Amino acid sequence: MESKAIFEAVKARFGDAAIELQEEGFHPPFLVVSSASVREIAFFLRDDPGMRFDSLMCLSGVDYKDRFAVAYHLHSLEVGHKIGVKAYLPRETPALPSVDPVWPAANFQEREAFDLYGIVFEGSRDLRRILLPEDWEGHPLRKDYKYPDFYHGIKV
Amino acid sequence: MEALAISLVHALPVLSGVPLWAMTLLVTVLVAAVVLTFALTYSGLATYVERKVAGDIQARIGPNRVGPVGLLQFLADGIKLLLKEDIIPAKADRFLFILAPYLVFIGSFAAFVVVPFGVGLIASDLNIGVYYVMAVTSLVVVGVMLAGWASNNKWALLGGMRAAAQIVSYEVPVGMALLPAVLIAGSLSLQDITRSQGGLFGIFGWNLFHNPFTFFSFFLYYVAALAETNRTPFDIPEAESELVAGYHVEYTGIRFAFFFLAEYGDMFVVSALATACFLGGWHVPFLSAEALPAVWGNLFSLGVFLGKTLGLVLLMMWVRWTLPRLRVDQLMRMAWKYLVPLTFFNLLGVSLWLLLFHGKGIPQMIASLFG
Amino acid sequence: MKARAEALPTQEMLINMGPQHPSTHGVLRVILRTDGEVVVNAKPDVGYLHRALEKIGERVTYAQFMPFTDRLDYLASMNCNAAWAWTVEKLAGIEVPERAEYIRVIVCELNRISSHLIAFGSFTADMGAFTPFLYAIRERERINDLFEEICGNRLTYNYVRIGGVSADLPDGFLEKTREFLDYFEPKIPEYNDLISYNKIFVHRLADVAVISGEQAVAYGLTGPNLRGSGIPFDLRKNEPYSVYPKLDFDVCVGTGERGTVGDCFDRYMVRINEMRESARILRQAIDQIPDGPVMAKVPRVFKPPVGEIYFRAENPRGETGIYLISDGTVNPSRLKIRAPSFVTMNIFEEITKGLMVADVVAVIGSFDIILPEIDR
Repeated sequence: MESKAIFEAVKARFGDAAIELQEEGFHPPFLVVSSASVREIAFFLRDDPGMRFDSLMCLSGVDYKDRFAVAYHLHSLEVGHKIGVKAYLPRETPALPSVDPVWPAANFQEREAFDLYGIVFEGSRDLRRILLPEDWEGHPLRKDYKYPDFYHGIKV
Repeated sequence: MEALAISLVHALPVLSGVPLWAMTLLVTVLVAAVVLTFALTYSGLATYVERKVAGDIQARIGPNRVGPVGLLQFLADGIKLLLKEDIIPAKADRFLFILAPYLVFIGSFAAFVVVPFGVGLIASDLNIGVYYVMAVTSLVVVGVMLAGWASNNKWALLGGMRAAAQIVSYEVPVGMALLPAVLIAGSLSLQDITRSQGGLFGIFGWNLFHNPFTFFSFFLYYVAALAETNRTPFDIPEAESELVAGYHVEYTGIRFAFFFLAEYGDMFVVSALATACFLGGWHVPFLSAEALPAVWGNLFSLGVFLGKTLGLVLLMMWVRWTLPRLRVDQLMRMAWKYLVPLTFFNLLGVSLWLLLFHGKGIPQMIASLFG
Repeated sequence: MKARAEALPTQEMLINMGPQHPSTHGVLRVILRTDGEVVVNAKPDVGYLHRALEKIGERVTYAQFMPFTDRLDYLASMNCNAAWAWTVEKLAGIEVPERAEYIRVIVCELNRISSHLIAFGSFTADMGAFTPFLYAIRERERINDLFEEICGNRLTYNYVRIGGVSADLPDGFLEKTREFLDYFEPKIPEYNDLISYNKIFVHRLADVAVISGEQAVAYGLTGPNLRGSGIPFDLRKNEPYSVYPKLDFDVCVGTGERGTVGDCFDRYMVRINEMRESARILRQAIDQIPDGPVMAKVPRVFKPPVGEIYFRAENPRGETGIYLISDGTVNPSRLKIRAPSFVTMNIFEEITKGLMVADVVAVIGSFDIILPEIDR
């Protein structure tokens, strides 16, 4: 399916939750959706007979300087098409529903986004820091991250 | 020992003033020293041979720096281990930690006493030979469990438990597989068992060819013995890649060396038993070693015995570098579901055979056909 | 019997298969809760090797990031290098000369063979058979020698560049590769005779940790792990890139030949068969490689157009994806590396429930994970 057709189908089903389609310069194109509706749209994309996006290729946190985003890259083994889904989040309280119930592959990648950006995935079965030690302060991949001088008395 | 002491006094009249018990004690200690020296030298060289065999199988050279073709490697390793720091974990049970390697060492090397090296070369021809070996090697279980427990380390504990379960389970088939040889000889003494395979049948006098059941017994015994000595494919207790060396993970220096040497000593004992019970022991082919003058008889029979035993030890090493490892439950299943019933029916078979054919083996029956 | 077992009070053991362990393929920590020998819960704890590669990527230029991709999966450096190069080239629309693409495919497939050799060797070593590991290393030495001729390095190559490769193949390289293939191809049946179909080995692996096809897709398994569960999906065939459309090879799929489809033995056999297919690809590539330049014209101060791209390549361990956001400057704005081993570890906790401790080692080995990729 063409990305425009996918966008139209999602828009028809979810209305205002499907915000726009980013095509020019984006490989694959991104469906921008509202952050609260991410899980329902994910279920729709996975289960709808025309879509069948059964494989979550990649889940990333992104820091655009004015706001955060979570970018999902989806692929369908049956149909063969690919699409990206993006949800923008405010910098102060980045939170959105977890897609762990939809694709179990999301778990570690959500933990990584939480660890490095501080994005909270509601409803995740296990949201802990994964790459950094449990007692690390701050979220390093943010653009405004300041490196700490000491960690447990060791000069960093 | 007493007879030896008496003959020594006769040979050297200057010693006739010494009381008999002192003489006997001296002779006993000397014999023990000889046996221990042999056992330790053998163990050291066995580590060298193992590494060379491993290198050969793995397309590399093995030790070749220390001494000619690396022969003195085991001495270098021994000295290195002696000089290493002796670390006892802080929360370990000190007494048991220190005791465990000694128990394992004793369990392994005490069995050398009844190994029939030659016609007259046996440290002590106990009339309960086989029984004694089985009992003494069980001491290893205690040592291993103590090592696992006293190390205060979960990995060591797991290894110790596995080892105990394995050794105890495999003692049953080992014992039952040795019994056919005992039944044929009618005695538990290893020298008697070896002598019963004599006669001028040469290789056909061996218990291996006596009847089909002893033939199977040999292989069952060898497999069960591999498990007794914790060798791959049964080396779960010390599985390096799974348990980080299992029950002896916390041991350093010479204490670790004890475990190591005990393993090679065990290999020798087990192979020696197999040779004595199934492969004709020290019988020199086509000669009667007993009829020869003492020195030559002993020399030839010693050479034959060592050749056979070390050949079996070499086979164990070969198997180690070829096969992967069995999992614990597969190991237990093999012992209880396969080896125990097989050895049991083997024993019944041998007993029936001996009853039906009045103790005669197949080679004897064929020979009697020709008169 | 069951009532008896429940009546006995037993305690679960909490064991730490710590970061230092001979068979966790790197600094992986697994927190095991076991009931005797049976695993109740096995939680992987990663992050011991985190080097903040993604943050570094935002500070350096596109060309400067190339050596960092070496250290991503050091057993398949060429593949990671090439994945980064392809991503940037697709974003910027750079046309790579055909000879360079062929060279990239040749080194990538050689690296695939060498990576699978290590996977095969260390897996059998974990299972207790120490000898195949040394045979694998012996073969791999010859590949290392070939790579040393190309770029001077035996492990982290930094050979591929954005726009091509850094230097042309030395004289005689293609003949030497052919000689290596002639030497190597008869070894694979030898390995199968030695260890693959050994009864003990099969018993350790058959029916252990069976992952069904749907489960594999849902949990994001890729590469040999996915194909071991019966799904014939290979990026080189399904979404071909570079010169793979011109090369003919089969996709190796697990068939449950000794147990169930998707058990550890299937994943292992897929890797063995893939080595054979890689050798086939190499022969074709060596025959087809054209002459020509090996580097496209890329400006010294390289600024790709604004945009976002997600590209994925078939690495020996799975699908390595790179999500690159460029804001028109010399540094990437966001560089997310989707490492196959990281996503594979998702299924670890689920699949090890009810296995024995020895099987946990088998599972880790059959997934063929590597820690620098997981931790970045």
